[in-house]
Amino acid sequence: MTVPILSTQADVSLEIAAIADQHDAASPGAQPRLDYTPYRSAILRHPTKDLHHADPETIERWAPCFGPQDVDPLEADLTIQHSGEPIGERITVTGRVVDGDGRPVRRQLVEVWQANAGGRYIHQRDQHPAPIDPNFTGAGRILTGDDGSYTFQTIKPGPYPWKNHRNAWRPAHIHFSLFGTEFTQRMVTQMYFPGDPLFALDPIYQSITDAGARDRLVATYDHNLTVPEWSTGYRWDIVLSGSHRTLMDDEEPDA
Amino acid sequence: MSTLPTPGAAPTPGQTVGPFFHYALPYEGDAELVPAGSAGAIRLHGQVMDGAGVPVPDALVEIWQAAPDGSVVQQAGSLHRDGWTFTGWGRCATDRAGHYSFSTLLPGSTEPGAAPFFAVTVFARGLLDRLLTRAYVPGDALDADPLLASVGPRRDTLIASPDPQGLLFDIHLQGPRETVFLTFPGR
Repeated sequence: MTVPILSTQADVSLEIAAIADQHDAASPGAQPRLDYTPYRSAILRHPTKDLHHADPETIERWAPCFGPQDVDPLEADLTIQHSGEPIGERITVTGRVVDGDGRPVRRQLVEVWQANAGGRYIHQRDQHPAPIDPNFTGAGRILTGDDGSYTFQTIKPGPYPWKNHRNAWRPAHIHFSLFGTEFTQRMVTQMYFPGDPLFALDPIYQSITDAGARDRLVATYDHNLTVPEWSTGYRWDIVLSGSHRTLMDDEEPDA
Repeated sequence: MSTLPTPGAAPTPGQTVGPFFHYALPYEGDAELVPAGSAGAIRLHGQVMDGAGVPVPDALVEIWQAAPDGSVVQQAGSLHRDGWTFTGWGRCATDRAGHYSFSTLLPGSTEPGAAPFFAVTVFARGLLDRLLTRAYVPGDALDADPLLASVGPRRDTLIASPDPQGLLFDIHLQGPRETVFLTFPGR
């Protein structure tokens, strides 16, 4: 397959539409397609052979555990890491991490990272000319509670340009790194904001060909989380894959 | 207060780790499950390569393993290593040469006769979802391993090779030596 060096958004949108047309109910597309070439960096980085089906064995049915020595509660506030207030729209993001059986994932590590309000990452490789905010790094950590809940304070990230194709822009998002109760539930994903006009244009978001699955990456605005004169609130629940461990194996069955 | 997702709720999809994780995910001591050079320490290292054989400088490799006696470790402390507690888990971003390197202990058999392995997760820019695989410790136990027996001619991509400091395990995302990546029921 030959791919032009720098496609236009129209080229990429046509490719996105062509793949969406092939989408069929038999392969629901609830996870991203690894071979989704509208995302150019995927071309040489996706396995071409089928994933091999395996049953999880001992170590794979457990996950690493993290505790209070690992995460300072202050790491859940991305707005207090510097001497001044970051620029932007202050938000609270909250939700629960559960497994496919609806069981809360307790006392487990959640890591988040994001661009600043202007759409700029503090990362050296992000050289687009939006300002660095000296009061915002954009990385945080949380340990979930006994009910699987997590909460953090941050600034709403901006959309940003990238070089996948000409005039490519990512919808605003927050990266999440998640652990479950089993190694096989380990995942990294992105949370988006409702109503983003860039959704249809973005090959990373569209690599999930099932519309219902894509929607599950979009947080909900929740006015009950909004704090008067202070911040707006978003809710986003995360469902990891099912658990393979039986209740008998589980040291703390959640009956 | 929201209600809990119902049992059997559809899983949240994954997305790529992207290019900008380096200021968020790596941390001091992330790849040192035990201090390098300490008693019993081995090195587990290798390169992550793309389909053209080019090293991938923006990948993140994680390992999760049993202790040398085969027990599954449930010890906190991976993010703030104290130099004494073995947590069984580590993380390493690849360098400009696509190379990762862990200092760790050799995992033992979790059950009598079982072939010991490192459970491995791979993330990278360009990789839309994480990949899971195993790096088996070479030895006689491999012959009886059911997963290796089911893999066929690509079996060797799952077996680390001995080198002077420990074990070498290259990861090929694509190409003639493409690593066998695993999928488990439920996702």
